Amino acid sequence: MPQSILSKLLWLAIALMGASAIGGIAIHRGEPINALWFIAAAAGTYLVAYRFYSAWICAKVLVLDETRATPAERFNNGRDFVPTNKWVAFGHHFAAIAGPGPLIGPTLAMQFGYLPGTLWILAGSVVGGCVQDMVIMFCSTRRDGRSLGQMARDELGPVGGWAALIGSLMIIVILIAVLGLVIVKAMKHSPWATATVLGTIPVAMLIGLYMRGIRPGRVLEGSIIGIVLLLGCVWGGGFVNGSESLKGYFDWNDMTCAWFVMIYGFAAAALPVWLLLAPRDYLSTFLKLGVVFMLAAAILILAPEVKMPPLTQFIDGTGPIFKGDLFPFVFITIACGAISGFHSLVASGTTPKLLANEKEIRMIGYGSMALESFVAIMAVIAACVMDPGVYFAINSPPGVVGKEAVDAVAKITSWGYPVSVEQMNMLAKEMGEKTLFGRVGGAPSLAVGMATIFSTTFGGKLLDMWYHFAIMFEVLFILTTLDAGTRVGRFMLQDLLKHVSRPLGNVSSYPATVVASAIFVAAWGYFLVQGVQDPLGGVNILWPLFGISNQLLAGIALSVATGILIKMGKLRFAWVTGLPLTWLAIVCTTAAWQKVFSTDPAIGFLAGANDLAQKLASGALPPEKLAAAPALILGLRIDAALALLFAIILWIVIADMVRMSYRFLSGETVQPLSESPHTPSRLAWARD
Amino acid sequence: MTAPLGLPGNLREDLARLWDFVREVSGDDAYERYLARHARTHPEVPPLARAEFFAAEQDRKWDGITRCC
Repeated sequence: MPQSILSKLLWLAIALMGASAIGGIAIHRGEPINALWFIAAAAGTYLVAYRFYSAWICAKVLVLDETRATPAERFNNGRDFVPTNKWVAFGHHFAAIAGPGPLIGPTLAMQFGYLPGTLWILAGSVVGGCVQDMVIMFCSTRRDGRSLGQMARDELGPVGGWAALIGSLMIIVILIAVLGLVIVKAMKHSPWATATVLGTIPVAMLIGLYMRGIRPGRVLEGSIIGIVLLLGCVWGGGFVNGSESLKGYFDWNDMTCAWFVMIYGFAAAALPVWLLLAPRDYLSTFLKLGVVFMLAAAILILAPEVKMPPLTQFIDGTGPIFKGDLFPFVFITIACGAISGFHSLVASGTTPKLLANEKEIRMIGYGSMALESFVAIMAVIAACVMDPGVYFAINSPPGVVGKEAVDAVAKITSWGYPVSVEQMNMLAKEMGEKTLFGRVGGAPSLAVGMATIFSTTFGGKLLDMWYHFAIMFEVLFILTTLDAGTRVGRFMLQDLLKHVSRPLGNVSSYPATVVASAIFVAAWGYFLVQGVQDPLGGVNILWPLFGISNQLLAGIALSVATGILIKMGKLRFAWVTGLPLTWLAIVCTTAAWQKVFSTDPAIGFLAGANDLAQKLASGALPPEKLAAAPALILGLRIDAALALLFAIILWIVIADMVRMSYRFLSGETVQPLSESPHTPSRLAWARD
Repeated sequence: MTAPLGLPGNLREDLARLWDFVREVSGDDAYERYLARHARTHPEVPPLARAEFFAAEQDRKWDGITRCC
């Protein structure tokens, strides 16, 4: 059988390539290392894991059954339940799960050096994230496409159901706040970026009108016009930036930017979807896919050198971008790209209703997440191709390295990452920005990395255009997440509010919509403003909270999955989801504990609040900080309560799963498996 | 139901398939699919107009969690 020997040799070669590339980046010291090593390590890992691990899970653990009719086949209504070509379903699913998270988290985590983040992205995805997405998609497909919350209620009981509901609502609040902060920091005092972002709003509305009224449903036509107009916005922003008279109108401070984001979020949630949300989503999806593939191609062509060292001294917890030790914080900072609980909401509900055959769960569930993880690896490369000194100068908040450029470069250089004021000024000038010092949040440094890669690959010019194109790209789909999240959050809130007041729960009433949208925007707006006022740049507070909440949701999803596996009689395979669950429980609990109780005021929320309160009482605060201090103190205490709540919810769900599994294994009655009965597929015969 | 890109045998056919794939994945041909399905399942009821169909689809699509972080 030469065919099978050939295939074995091929897989052996791929495995060896991946393993030696991982080994290469792990033991590499001193000289810069080529980015192609990262690509080889990632490709080898995903291919081998997909070929062997996911195939094994599908065959032995889930036992996918191609003769079983999927919900799409059984309930085919031509609308949400539609048996769809697997590549089309893959495209939809990937577009739904791939957001700004895998770009920003890895960028921030590079303060530890490239190695910890890279290893976690690779291992976390193939053993954790991909497995979670695939298993949840399987569970939902076997249950008529039910949502994670419904499955938690059906399989674990009301406690699990409530935990999933509150968990999803809280994660959306924190997610939007932190993404809003990223936008604010990218727009702050940047007339070019601000003008470009403002320009995208009328463009989206124009395309909305076009697709609704002028040429209804012509999605491709509308999107192509929209993309051209968006590129026009990037150019227009440059024009504004070059004009002394216009520039001033778009030079906003961070509070103004924050108000803009909140007003925008409210408008997007209260306006009809066709006018702003839907057209913006088309544009951002096209742009997202286009840029991701362009970046991959550019990295392959350019094969840039990675200048970041594998490890920095900040693994001891003293990092400038966020405080905290390597363990647990690298695993919290990189959620999306390794394992993201939010995916379980898309993998249950939307995508299962498109699957024509159960067999496709492997490619769509496991494969999409592997691809998203690859996006995270590209973000790692983009962050690490710049000089480490430049990376730290862009990402370190003024509260850590000093307000003045001279102080900042002196401090960063003293860490062993040389950088000069001239170098930073030169870079800012090339990128068309006033300054790049203290541009926290990840977006500006990612944009610098992307602009450098794109510009060098495609002719070496127009750095400033590429930089603002990258900013526009990031902001565009952050705003899409923000719009869509506010809208979903508003629905969930109304679902809760109807228990209090029936009229407020009415989703088709306009006044109720406005009130619920305002409440929801106020909720995330509170955390956004807190992040903006934080002297350490806000990332230090909000990003860990976001990571913890995202991992909490993953913990809930994996608990539901583990409970289902045990009830399916697969106890001996329960480790497939049980192992990532255990790891997340450890990581999440440790991180939440440290964020609440650490005595270091830069890490522990309570210590931070007490420290500030003490300074306020003793008059040690400078006068400009007096006004904001009481609100900051209260904010930090609320953050502490929230982190604690996340950890408690996680343990309640785990305990509920263990209780249910114990009862099941000892033969007592539990809620029965809610799987729909087997209906033979008729599509199966017509396939292939 | 095969991959959108086959082996480079007939380029024209491959490009046509790629175009169909792009139209389907973006939802550009959703109305045509709806009409075809409508004619198959209940031809006795008049189908929605293009604008009505698209409006209804958009409202449905944005009712739940369709985008992630």
